[in-house]
Amino acid sequence: MRYLPLVWKNLWRRKIRTLFTLACIFVAFVLFGLLMTIRTAFTLGVELAGLDRLVLIHKVSLIRPLPIAYQARIASVPGVQAVTHNTWFGGIYQEPSNFFAQIALEPEPYFRIYPEFRLRPEEMKAWLADRQGAVAGRDLAARFGWKVGDRIPIQGTIWHPKGGGNDTWEFNLVGIYDGEPAVDKTQFFFRYDYLDENRSGGEGQVGWYIVKVDDPARSVDLAHRFDDMFANSSDETKTTTEKGFVESFAKQIGDIGAIMISILVAVLFTILLVVASTMAQAVRERTSELAVLKTLGFSSVTLLTLVLAESLFIAILGGGLGLLFVWAVVQNGDPTHGLLPMFVLPTRDVAAGAGLILLLGLLAGMLPALQAMRLRITDALRRN
Amino acid sequence: MNWLSQTVAVTLVNLRTIPQRLSSSAVAIIGIAGVVIVLVAVLSIAEGFKAAMRGAGSDSRAIVMRSGADAEMTSGLTGPDTDIVKQAPGIKRDGQAVVASAELFVIIDLPKKSTGTSANVPMRGIETTAFKVRNEASIVSGRMLQFGTNEVIVGRAASGQFAGLDVGSEIKSGQVTWTVVGVFEDDGGVPETEIWCDAKTLQGVYRRGNSYQSVLVQLEGPDSLGPFKDWLTANPQINVGVRRESDYYAAQSLTLTTLIRSVGFVIAALMGIAAVFGAILTMYTAVATRAREIATLRALGFNATAVLVSVLAESIALAAVGGVIGGVIAYLGFNGYQTSTINFQTFSQVAFAFRVTPELLLMGLVWSLAMGLLGGLLPAVRASRLPIVTALREL
Repeated sequence: MRYLPLVWKNLWRRKIRTLFTLACIFVAFVLFGLLMTIRTAFTLGVELAGLDRLVLIHKVSLIRPLPIAYQARIASVPGVQAVTHNTWFGGIYQEPSNFFAQIALEPEPYFRIYPEFRLRPEEMKAWLADRQGAVAGRDLAARFGWKVGDRIPIQGTIWHPKGGGNDTWEFNLVGIYDGEPAVDKTQFFFRYDYLDENRSGGEGQVGWYIVKVDDPARSVDLAHRFDDMFANSSDETKTTTEKGFVESFAKQIGDIGAIMISILVAVLFTILLVVASTMAQAVRERTSELAVLKTLGFSSVTLLTLVLAESLFIAILGGGLGLLFVWAVVQNGDPTHGLLPMFVLPTRDVAAGAGLILLLGLLAGMLPALQAMRLRITDALRRN
Repeated sequence: MNWLSQTVAVTLVNLRTIPQRLSSSAVAIIGIAGVVIVLVAVLSIAEGFKAAMRGAGSDSRAIVMRSGADAEMTSGLTGPDTDIVKQAPGIKRDGQAVVASAELFVIIDLPKKSTGTSANVPMRGIETTAFKVRNEASIVSGRMLQFGTNEVIVGRAASGQFAGLDVGSEIKSGQVTWTVVGVFEDDGGVPETEIWCDAKTLQGVYRRGNSYQSVLVQLEGPDSLGPFKDWLTANPQINVGVRRESDYYAAQSLTLTTLIRSVGFVIAALMGIAAVFGAILTMYTAVATRAREIATLRALGFNATAVLVSVLAESIALAAVGGVIGGVIAYLGFNGYQTSTINFQTFSQVAFAFRVTPELLLMGLVWSLAMGLLGGLLPAVRASRLPIVTALREL
């Protein structure tokens, strides 16, 4: 501890260089934080998906609809707490590039199964009273500047209103749902009965089912049970846990995780190299000083600690500020206004970042520190 | 002239002595190489995706879908609609028959080879004319499917990316079993990720009645699009949208390539800051170790500009070495790497290969030279301003 002033003085002996090094490490960890945030967005919040929720889709493909009659049969299985269904609408709001998820569902059961979506009771009441009612996530509403009471026209692409002619479906925004930062607030929900009564074709069919089970430990058994129940019918099913479903969908995007991690490795390696060579340079410049310190009776271990402390200090300051910066940006909300389904920096990645910071500091300082430790006084003094 | 020859002389001395300082120059070289690798690799993903999409589109073909649909997935045309489309003027004829194929586009769940997890594989129901319309496509192994049966042919990329798609194997999907009888290629374009079967069979299996999603036609020439489109748009019997096939695919690749490119540039720019710093450090060290030599040159009458240029040249030369190394590694490591991703417009998989194009390599090199220039600037100024007397006295 009493050598701290010495470490401090050494650090600022070349102010510009130290500041540059700090900046480098800062940048590296800003990149680290952003890439981890992007990775989380692309893996679609696998960590948040429930294990006690099962997703039941058509065995041939997600795009094949299932009969609504399955709902009662699923509900009758012991161990099922609740079952509801979703139907993908896939419409266009103003421009095809304004993509967001629009889902037809049963309001009450759905929001009961997904308590993470928070809707005010009076908004739910208004929704149940209005067949054309719809609710939007907070991020989605912010993206298009929607307010409760707005009338939102969406052009149907898959589902067309009866009577042909105009393909536009109109919705009344009756509420805006909210949730924790990690919850996807970019979706648009409306009532299935409105869709089913007014569409031409596809009546009595739903996209997929969501089943909440009593005991997550029995999820796999129940999944088999459902699939067996509908086996050999014309609409066979494939049931997975919601987590498994989200994971396998995220894998369809490609291995975003692996790409992000390889980029990070390249980035951190480059930074490590720069920082390590700076440290080496800083120590080399001071060779004769270190020799003097040794002559004065500083032990080899103390010198090792001094040099390591210096590099650790730079790493922790620069890296810590970098992580803090990303954290602040993330708290501020998604800069893409809802293009990414979520914008969070998971605690796990913050911890990993902290670990990397320490590792970077140790690795960068190790070589020069060892050099300082092994320094032979006479050689070092003679060199000057 | 004197000035120029001085500059050349000092610069040459500097460049020739680089090998002696190689270890201290390594930071600059490796740092810059790292940036170039990341930049080129990330952008090669976008290039590959774009190429797969572009390869699929021809400007002498048109795709007809329901008006308002921006992808086949959300389109729908009845059998009679497609018959009307085939009567439009401007379609190429082969004898009496029009070169047009009414098609059905669906998704089938198949496991991805690399992960074993299920993927949305596109499946296309075709008519017998499909290979006439796509005249660049051909069967590369096995044989053509027999219409009226459950036989399928698979694209070359699909057979590489998804499990169980070899000639002779069977695909069980729900109550139906498809038999793979051949593999086709289509100039590396998107259709190579698809599975093709008889449209009529697929209508039955997916319970689509007599309906299709698109009609792909071979035009008489690229200029025939106008009359073809006008006739269809003016026809009150149907409500369709017509697009040139090349435009259709180009629009689909736009979102993803823009996203990848912006991510790539941002990351490379941030990394570039560190690399430039690495170069600055290297050059400061180089200047510091040669302070005496530089001062001697100045004392002999070499002017400050010559010294400045020589340091800059050294920094740029190191950067060029880094850029070339980075480019070579990116090329060897990533060019041709096969992968697949989901195309959100069609909700199905697209297989593509990373493409490290000459343009990308050139851009990497330009970036590295720019980094070298930035990194060399401050040290060069310092070298040229070195006070001669003190520098000579220094060790």
